[in-house]
Amino acid sequence: MLFPSWAFLLFLAVLVPVYYLVPKRIQWIVLLLANAVFVCFAGFLGAVFMAVTIVTVYAASRAIDALFVRQRETIAAMKATHTKEERKAARLRFEKKRRLVLIVCLILNFGILFALKYGAMLGRLSAGLFGGKPFGQDLALTMGISFYTFSTVGYLLDVYRESVPAEKNPLKLALFTSFFPLLVQGPITRWETVGKTLTEPHAFDGRRFLSASLRIAWGYWKKLIVADRLLVAVKALCARPGVYRGDFIFVEMLLYAACLYADFTGGIDITIGVGEMLGVSIEENFLRPYFSKSISEYWRRWHITLGEWFKRYVYYPLSVSKPMRALSKGTRRLGVGVSRRVPVYLATLLVWALTGAWHGSNLTFLVWGLLNGVVILLSEELKPLYARFHARFPRLTESAFYRGFTVIRTVLLLSSLRILDCYGTVRDAFSSFFSMFTTWNWGAVFRGGIQSLGLSYFDYAVAFSGVLVMFALSLVQRKGAIRKRILKRGTVCSVCVLLVLIGTILIFGRYGFGFDASQFIYNRF
Amino acid sequence: MEKLLDILRELHPETDFETETRLVDGGILASFDVVMLITRIEEEFGVVIPAKEIVPKNFNSAAALFALITRIGEQDD
Amino acid sequence: MKRNLLVIGGVVLACIVCFGALFAVSRLVAPKYHDTLIDGHLTGEYYRETTDHDVLFVGDCEVFEHFSPVTLYNEYGITSYIRGGAQQLVWHSYYLLEDAFRTETPKVVVYNVLALKYGEPQSEAYNRLNLDGMRFGRAKLGAIRAGMTDGEDFMSYLFPLLRYHDRIDKLSKEDWTYWFSDGDPVSFKGYVMHTGVDPATETPKEPYDPKLPETSMAWLERIAALCETHGTALVLIKSPSIYPEWHAEWDAEIAAFAKSHGLRYDNMIAENDAIGIDMQTDTYDQGQHLNVSGAEKVSRWFGAVLQKEYGLRDHRGEAAYDADYAALTERYENEKRRLSEGN
Repeated sequence: MLFPSWAFLLFLAVLVPVYYLVPKRIQWIVLLLANAVFVCFAGFLGAVFMAVTIVTVYAASRAIDALFVRQRETIAAMKATHTKEERKAARLRFEKKRRLVLIVCLILNFGILFALKYGAMLGRLSAGLFGGKPFGQDLALTMGISFYTFSTVGYLLDVYRESVPAEKNPLKLALFTSFFPLLVQGPITRWETVGKTLTEPHAFDGRRFLSASLRIAWGYWKKLIVADRLLVAVKALCARPGVYRGDFIFVEMLLYAACLYADFTGGIDITIGVGEMLGVSIEENFLRPYFSKSISEYWRRWHITLGEWFKRYVYYPLSVSKPMRALSKGTRRLGVGVSRRVPVYLATLLVWALTGAWHGSNLTFLVWGLLNGVVILLSEELKPLYARFHARFPRLTESAFYRGFTVIRTVLLLSSLRILDCYGTVRDAFSSFFSMFTTWNWGAVFRGGIQSLGLSYFDYAVAFSGVLVMFALSLVQRKGAIRKRILKRGTVCSVCVLLVLIGTILIFGRYGFGFDASQFIYNRF
Repeated sequence: MEKLLDILRELHPETDFETETRLVDGGILASFDVVMLITRIEEEFGVVIPAKEIVPKNFNSAAALFALITRIGEQDD
Repeated sequence: MKRNLLVIGGVVLACIVCFGALFAVSRLVAPKYHDTLIDGHLTGEYYRETTDHDVLFVGDCEVFEHFSPVTLYNEYGITSYIRGGAQQLVWHSYYLLEDAFRTETPKVVVYNVLALKYGEPQSEAYNRLNLDGMRFGRAKLGAIRAGMTDGEDFMSYLFPLLRYHDRIDKLSKEDWTYWFSDGDPVSFKGYVMHTGVDPATETPKEPYDPKLPETSMAWLERIAALCETHGTALVLIKSPSIYPEWHAEWDAEIAAFAKSHGLRYDNMIAENDAIGIDMQTDTYDQGQHLNVSGAEKVSRWFGAVLQKEYGLRDHRGEAAYDADYAALTERYENEKRRLSEGN
């Protein structure tokens, strides 16, 4: 069930009244049933994989929890009779057991994810090497698996770290894993924030309902009016790397930036709005990312939950891990600067390689991820240089003009990196990118060029207006939440805004017969 | 504590670490800085901060960080 | 309390304004089928009728271009209407018939069998031409459900904005002219007139399945049952055009069906000489469809059959019908003159 479908709207229209009419005690059971319907609707295989994740993570978390309890009991009992060293050895034994449980569970869950993501590619590779028919070509990523695997594994890691106690009721863990709004395109959520509120009783609140409806409508607005429209042109541009070169690539960069933003943030708006409608608050995943002044800031404001996850569970643990510290010490003779940088550099690059791999099995994604890491490290190294520049020209660097410049620079930089995301091969991506500097063909772009991409001038005008609206709202949003301000004006005003959103979607949205069934771009991850 | 403030100033000379209480939440310390900081703390204090303690709460102010270092140092003994 | 009422009133008012505006836009972007694609206008024109009909024709283009109700009335006093549409498939015919039975009970229903060769929905465009003008009711819902092609959705038939919103940048003068008015009828009681002549040449041969699809035969069965419950006689015909080809196997299958159900079946291709059809002068597109001269010949022949076999009353001399048909005949002759001069 995709967000822009009658099936999804009907699903919501049935679920919401039922959810608030049943006794509060069994509200979460209703939600669990709804999730089950949603998951089964998406396919049997997906339901099986999800069940495997739920069962294994539940078992592992309970086992780890039990080991903690036994460790405490054992060590308390040893206190009078054994030495400190013996107690430490006992603790290490328990630690080892816990780590074993964790690793087995991680291998299993990431194994499924890996097999689904890379199965087809490995099949082709082995067929190329050893001949025969490539296997695994019919494997498809099941809905939301990248997202729920990360969320649920995050919970397990928190239990392992004793940050949260293990949940005793497996159904509650199932509810967290399968919470349906998150299955479309995330965000990756945390047990501590979302998992617990899911099972709390929620009373109906008309104001919250209206607020949630506004958020959902705004999500659809971005998605159907801007994203799906621009996607047509972006696809056309990406499909013919040999033909669309030079200035077309610049156009492609900008269109893709607008398209991806509208698509992904629109989808998340719907997700968060649906959560709000059910009384569940889901983490924000974006904070006006295109207003960032550097790539690393951008990554703290775009797909926030993914960045947080990697930071929390990979980047920090890795950079303080024993081998990393040993490596750092080992390189000391190369100089203090080098040895201090070793953990940061290695962890950064590894996390970015993983982030790339998370986005897609194609080599282009790996290169994209690593380049992101390289850019971030470079800008860290250049910081002293910037500082000197700032000191030299304080009036310039504090001006709005300079801030605007850094923002535009960041958007162009990240859009350049994203070109890798558009093409099937690294070669096409690089060749297209560099053609921007060798081929000057603005003439061709505007003499019918952009009209050959499947969109009419009217479509461009609508999309451009949509981008302007998004931009204006982002500017306004910097001074405070927009929905709060609308709601403050009263119910009538809020309903009017809602109706205008719905009306414009119905008229200007790209949906229905003749337009391809809409797909969120981030749905494929 | 003074040693810790020196390390912090090394990373971000422009920040007043004695009063700032939103180092991570306010975006002053990026993940990059956090790892650098941990490496330096190990060098200077001989204290290894485990991954599970790397949360904004512990890094938002110099005082919180110092408390963390002290706590871990005591545990180790 | 007063405040709450104000809020509710405001919300209701906002909804009314919004849905009113959406309704207006919806009407604007929906195709008007008046100056272009006029086939789409036919279904809706039926509802403008002020008199009832003894004979109702249903089927595809082989009815709405091959029978002239004007001739049937002026020659025999038979009142009739054609509920035909471009590539109107058998399930559409069934539901249009069911729809017609809501308001009248004709004595005879004539069904042209050519469309039976299609057992599956064919094209979204033709679905729209045939169903957009249909009045809301159970029959319409049934027709939509029966005929959707892949990728179509039910809601967009009920709310045309969902289907036609992409026409917002393709509006023409026609859309503004007929925004809130249906305009003059484009047909003569369902008959669409052509006056051109393009003689028939050799017809291309195409592979075919010797058996008519089971689904369409099942729908034919439903049509027969529907007529029977209303006490209406059903006549099956194959109109005289020679292309698309009506194969002997199909002919035999329909003949057998008619026999087992006690229905009359006229394959007019066999009667072409008796009717007097000359495919050199009576077709405007090489034998696929008849022009007005051909349609009048067929109507004259078939009118005699209907009168003889079903004892239909001669309504000429009845004031209500005479007035209706006199106006129609005048418009009909004017159109014939206008088109002939255009040729």
